[in-house]
Amino acid sequence: MRKTLKATLFYILCTLIVVLWMVPFVVAFFTAFKTMDEIFMLRNFWSPPKTWTFENFKVAWIEGRMGRYFINTTIVTAVSVVGTLFLSSLSAYALAWYEFKLRTAILMIFVSGMLIPFQMLLIPVYRFSVVTGLYDTLIGVILFHIAFQLGFCTFFLRNFMVTIPSSLFDAARIDGAGAFKIYSKIIMPLVKPAVAALSILEFTWIWNDYLWSLILLQSDAKKTVTIGLTTLQGQWISSWNIIAAGALLAATVPVIVFLIFQRYFIQGLTLGSIKG
Amino acid sequence: MKKKLAPYLFLAGPLALYFIWVIYPIFRTFVVSFTRWDGMTRPRFVGWENFIRLFNDRYFILSLLNNFKWMVGFVILSIPLGLFFAMLMDQKYPGHKVYKSLVYLPMALSFVVIGQIWSWVLEPSGGIVNTFLRWMGLESLAKPWLSDPRIVTYSLIWAALWRQVPYAMVLFLAGLQSVDREHVEAAIVDGANAFQRFWYVILPELRPAMVITITVNIIDSLRAFDIVFVMTRGGPYYSSSVMANYMYIQAFHNYRMGYGAAIAVIQFLITLGFILVYVLNVLKREERL
Repeated sequence: MRKTLKATLFYILCTLIVVLWMVPFVVAFFTAFKTMDEIFMLRNFWSPPKTWTFENFKVAWIEGRMGRYFINTTIVTAVSVVGTLFLSSLSAYALAWYEFKLRTAILMIFVSGMLIPFQMLLIPVYRFSVVTGLYDTLIGVILFHIAFQLGFCTFFLRNFMVTIPSSLFDAARIDGAGAFKIYSKIIMPLVKPAVAALSILEFTWIWNDYLWSLILLQSDAKKTVTIGLTTLQGQWISSWNIIAAGALLAATVPVIVFLIFQRYFIQGLTLGSIKG
Repeated sequence: MKKKLAPYLFLAGPLALYFIWVIYPIFRTFVVSFTRWDGMTRPRFVGWENFIRLFNDRYFILSLLNNFKWMVGFVILSIPLGLFFAMLMDQKYPGHKVYKSLVYLPMALSFVVIGQIWSWVLEPSGGIVNTFLRWMGLESLAKPWLSDPRIVTYSLIWAALWRQVPYAMVLFLAGLQSVDREHVEAAIVDGANAFQRFWYVILPELRPAMVITITVNIIDSLRAFDIVFVMTRGGPYYSSSVMANYMYIQAFHNYRMGYGAAIAVIQFLITLGFILVYVLNVLKREERL
């Protein structure tokens, strides 16, 4: 009897929370499928559309140039994630397996850098990009993302690597394997789960980045999805249906990735528990 | 000799990038904060002028206070709610995974999307919040959430919590994994009721998770930018501005780079204390490993 009561309470409370948490999604969903007439006639955000239309998505994708922005974001995200994972695996390996004088100091540099408020970087990074000609190029944004995420990724991978028994490392040493070989053939295969968790997190963060695209990009042809969304807001000021369609389009990719790889995402957040 | 060099070879590339894009800019910002600079002509050294001005700048003080509202809001709301959600959904009834997934979903979204969605949720005439309040007969509570200077900051925090609460929940769920089941069982045998078990057994064992989650929330509250930028641009009349926004406006709209850098430095100093708490905790954990 008590058991049933507890279970019932669990389901009631969980359902209540989830319904509350889903309301904003439902609002966005309904808004994205409404016709312009309905938006202006009824001016409400909560009722289901009287006539469902896909037109808004088309407008956002073609006239709102979301298609173009998607390509840019995909390039920036893919290259940044691969780059930062590769480089941080190198630094994590060095910090996890070697005893050397500056080890703790370098680890601390990486750790403190990842917790610095981003405003501390804005002005010099912007100036540096302008001076070096990296301003308003995708490669400029990519390089910055790679560097900026190095602190967190190094810390994360190093913590994972130190849990690998050193006997493995020593045995390979005795067999005469070189440092790079140990890294690529022994350590990297073992840290695959950590790399998976980290890449999902990084993918989500970089895909959703707004600030750095805002600072480092200018021309419309280079814009990323998040910047594109605010541009959309400026162009279609009260056409909420178009903006909602754009927002849903922008959210689709990270949401699908999240749902498929949720386990990794949560693992990554837990192990990293630094930022989100 | 070869052994000595190896770690540095591995570190060379990552460190070089990190120094150029992260470490050097931090020092550079300190230097810039003591200058008057429009970003084009030569910076002019002005000593403490920017900092003295800042503390007489109404809008900066307003932004600073708003950041504290964010901090308090995050800590007093996302901690208890996150803990409650975690305790609730940690019970392994069939379907608990689906519930979790759905609550987690906002964490996959960009703040830009979150900001836009919440602008519609909070819209005064047709937004669902006010519609619901009117339907309940609470007309007086239906407010212009994003245009009333007195409440706009709270509305933004509310939108941010949509994502912040699940995040706290994830951290607490991880903490709950490490709570010793035997202790809980022993408390049951001793006749402790559910509240006593929670208060005397589970909560003390959640301490590390609690410290981390509070620190993360504080650091996040000091970082707030995107949501404010997208939903209100810091308006009306700077009433919802936070330090990050004010800094952006000063540096990139008014071309007062020195002044902007000074804001960043103050923000850095405030964050630093909390970062130290965090790093010390990480080190403590390391020692236990």
